[in-house]
Amino acid sequence: MTTQMTYGIEFVGISKSYGDVKAVRSIDLQIAPGETVALLGPNGAGKSTAIDMMLGLAVPDAGTVRVFGDEPRAAAKAGRIGGMLQLGGLIPFLTVRELVSSVAALYPNPLDVDDVITMTAIGDFAGRHTNKLSGGQIQRARFAMALVANTDLLILDEPTVAMDVEGRREFWTTMRGVAASGKTVVFATHYLDEADEYADRIVLMSQGKIVADGASTEIRGLAAGQVVRATLAGVQEAELLALAGVNSVELRGDAIVLSCTDSDATVRDLFASYPTVKNLSVAAAGLEEAFLQLTGNREREAV
Amino acid sequence: MTTTYLKYELVRTLRNRMGFVFSLAFPVVTFLVIALSQQEAGFIRRSGGIPPATYYMVGLLGFGGIGAVLSGGGRIAVDRALGWNRQLLLTPLKPWVYLTSKVVNGYAVAGMTLIVMYAAGIAAGARAPFERWVEMTALVLIGLIPYAAMGIWLGHVTTADAIGPIMGGTMTLFGLLGGAWFPLGGWMRVLGEYLPLYWITSAGRVAIGGDGWPMKGWLVVGCWSSVLAVLAARAYRVDTKRR
Repeated sequence: MTTQMTYGIEFVGISKSYGDVKAVRSIDLQIAPGETVALLGPNGAGKSTAIDMMLGLAVPDAGTVRVFGDEPRAAAKAGRIGGMLQLGGLIPFLTVRELVSSVAALYPNPLDVDDVITMTAIGDFAGRHTNKLSGGQIQRARFAMALVANTDLLILDEPTVAMDVEGRREFWTTMRGVAASGKTVVFATHYLDEADEYADRIVLMSQGKIVADGASTEIRGLAAGQVVRATLAGVQEAELLALAGVNSVELRGDAIVLSCTDSDATVRDLFASYPTVKNLSVAAAGLEEAFLQLTGNREREAV
Repeated sequence: MTTTYLKYELVRTLRNRMGFVFSLAFPVVTFLVIALSQQEAGFIRRSGGIPPATYYMVGLLGFGGIGAVLSGGGRIAVDRALGWNRQLLLTPLKPWVYLTSKVVNGYAVAGMTLIVMYAAGIAAGARAPFERWVEMTALVLIGLIPYAAMGIWLGHVTTADAIGPIMGGTMTLFGLLGGAWFPLGGWMRVLGEYLPLYWITSAGRVAIGGDGWPMKGWLVVGCWSSVLAVLAARAYRVDTKRR
């Protein structure tokens, strides 16, 4: 028997519902130590629920979650998880520096508070009371709190929400350094470009399921599809879906719209199968449009 | 780790002046108004021998102390409203350290009330041998235990918006029925003896050479403490249960 690899995070058959809402549906996910993974998906895709289960803040209805081979709550108690939550305020009557120091004191192996203040570029408001911060400053203070813990695992739920462009850029510059230091980083986002640029790997979620999972370049390839438009009478959706490289089909009267990953193959197959096809055009799908196509398409399968 | 956390919790409490001015200033002002306007001879008849300066010093210390320890635990409601308790669940902070910090904060403010009230009481003529002061103080601090537990319970079962009025109402009700405003007689005294504040107030008896609490006093304070501690523990578990 071989020794099993201990994953940074492991989900096995995880499902979670809130009332009638199936937030997460039977997810399997393994994240290796040292990976930087983006959970990408639209609002309501189940990202925050998945993150809450990684952090031990929510218990799955079915399946098991392991963080470094441990139960998430136990990993948290051992000081192995640094988390940046999406919601919630900071406790009042403390300065940002005091707040970061108080969090640092809770962890077994914290970073130097001044170093973290420099790293996260919050020096200009580190002496300010937490109730006098803007939304973006609150997010950056929250990031400093997560970072000062100096944990092997950092989990960030939509970290750049409410940050301005400048704040966002500084945030990701710091994150690159953190990820390069060998930590396991998981962040949720609904910005495709953030996931694409800063993660080694993208886990694409929609409707509580993982619809795609791969290296950023693969996911970008998936998303960077093309749209083939043509006129073709009397054809069924299922027939068109069977064509080479077609992801999804839209019929508008005699007009057909095919979203595809390999338009060359699709066009060849289309002409071979339907010699009467005309008015054909091929266009590159925008990233966002393709992303919606991809998540939207799987949505129909799930129903 | 524990001391640093406690330190910042204390800093947070002390900077929130509006949070404790009520449990500090209100008892003193009330003391100056009530205690100094009493006819000493008539009062002593009603209070079982305790002069007004001593009686109100202890009674209003109990009243302010209740406010102090209630708001210690009550701050849990604020943490919950902020989502700060979720943030703390991600950290290695042990639950008992968190809850202890709230109790310590409550007692720290109660300690300030104590200093101010003793100063006012002595200025108004309250006198007792040193060891009597110590025994009296011990009884007052023990008598606040059930209210500290009540604060933790309320912090978990109420909201940040409701905690203020609930605390004000609780203080006033216990103050009235526990004899902080006037010495109890008749049915009020029969009822009052079942409340912890009554026994805090009656700790003033120690100052004039009387005995400490009888068995009934220890039982009342002990029962209230136990019941409220169980309620607080249960509320804590329900509130922090992962869903």
